[in-house]
Amino acid sequence: MLTNFGHIGLYLIAAVLFTLLMLGIPIILRLIKVVPHHPNPIKNATFECGVDTIGKTWVQFNFRYYFYALVFLALDVLVVFLYPWAASLKTLGYGGLIGVLVLLFIAIVGYLYALRKKVLEWQ
Amino acid sequence: MIMSNLDLNNLGNLQKVLPPDWPGGFWWHWLVFTTIIINAVLILVMAFIYIERRGMGRMQSRLGPNRTGPFGIFQPVADAIKVLLKEDIVPDTADKVVHWLAPLIAFVPTLMIFAVVPFGAGWSLAGDLNVGVLYVTAIGSISTVGVFMAGWGSSNKYSLLGAMRNVAAVVSYEMPLVLSVASVVLLAGSLSLHEIVQAQSIPFILLQPLAFLIFFMAGCAEINRSPFDLMEADSEIVAGFHTEYSGMKFAMFYLVEYAEALALSALITTFFLGGWQGPLLPPNFQWLWFVAKVFIVFFVMVWTRTTLPRVRIDQLMGFSWKFLLPLSIINLIATAIQVLVLPEGSLWVMIPVNFTIAAVLILIGSNFFTPGRGRVEV
Repeated sequence: MLTNFGHIGLYLIAAVLFTLLMLGIPIILRLIKVVPHHPNPIKNATFECGVDTIGKTWVQFNFRYYFYALVFLALDVLVVFLYPWAASLKTLGYGGLIGVLVLLFIAIVGYLYALRKKVLEWQ
Repeated sequence: MIMSNLDLNNLGNLQKVLPPDWPGGFWWHWLVFTTIIINAVLILVMAFIYIERRGMGRMQSRLGPNRTGPFGIFQPVADAIKVLLKEDIVPDTADKVVHWLAPLIAFVPTLMIFAVVPFGAGWSLAGDLNVGVLYVTAIGSISTVGVFMAGWGSSNKYSLLGAMRNVAAVVSYEMPLVLSVASVVLLAGSLSLHEIVQAQSIPFILLQPLAFLIFFMAGCAEINRSPFDLMEADSEIVAGFHTEYSGMKFAMFYLVEYAEALALSALITTFFLGGWQGPLLPPNFQWLWFVAKVFIVFFVMVWTRTTLPRVRIDQLMGFSWKFLLPLSIINLIATAIQVLVLPEGSLWVMIPVNFTIAAVLILIGSNFFTPGRGRVEV
């Protein structure tokens, strides 16, 4: 366990360093004048689709995404309980199955409620 | 003889210094496998780009890139060099720090997934990690944060729209994905990826056909592959979250896209296709089976990309919440009952049972599910 997470932690450091190296090469190449760097206001304007952008960018987003996020939160907590159960079902036996069915039933009632309230419809 | 004795003594001393549960080859193991993984990811991504461009070309009745080297195999290398020498343009109104950090945060988690994927008997950085599946699902979702940072930091409305669609897709398809892996865990009885591979005397695609289909579709939606690629739909929102990226930072997002496809192919191979297990090859060359299966899975992904048209956002969400999620829950319960009822060692009985369940569920589900029609405001 400790060995595994030690390896993963060191690997994380290596991965971050590797990515920084990849992102750093163009900066070094720019300093030695291989990569061009000639900014001007038109080039640095927001592209969008070629026409000048109207208003500010960080506008209010579509509220429908929020419902999906709520339903997701309610259901995804379930999975945290499902994984340990799935890994040791053979030792838990029928008692474990019935416990998880009760848990699933509660989650499914919430899901059906969301479905009946037409939260999952895109309207 | 004297030399080898000395070496053994040195090794013994070294092991006394280290804590008892850290093996002697700790640093070597890390160094070798980190080098192998990062290089393998880069080389396989280049191979994937080549396969995708040539394969798509063939399927669309054209040639694809064929000028750089024999059969155009050096095209990805030429692209990499070209993109390295391009000017890096950052919009004046962009959130500079977020814009700069986004490729880093998108790429590192994708690379981290490969730490637990076994590509040979005991060949992985941490393949016997006993919470491997949980680790994969947890790490795999983090690159969405990088994508959203890219959309948010670009100060571009289309980028923001693309990033929001990406988050919505990941949030919707996370549930079927995770539930279909849970039924694999039920069969294997372990969360360790290494033990899941070793449990597959019969590949789990035969025992869990429905879980395989759900995992494949949900995975394709999570990594923005066509037909679910409407977060970078060229005809609607320019290029989605990476519209304002250029030069090396754009290349990083390109790399993330294919590294995610590689991670998904590797995970499908590990969960459903028996991982590195295969006949004929000697034990030290079984990683060739792994690579071959990864390529086959990726080829199927290219195939679906060229075959199916892009879905709309309401169809994308509806397909996950009203079709895949109920099916994966029913499949999970059915698998749990089979694991409990059937005696140990009678896995082959499950093959016809599960194929029947899959066919019946898909037929019933497709009767109840209709993709949205008419105009939709997005």
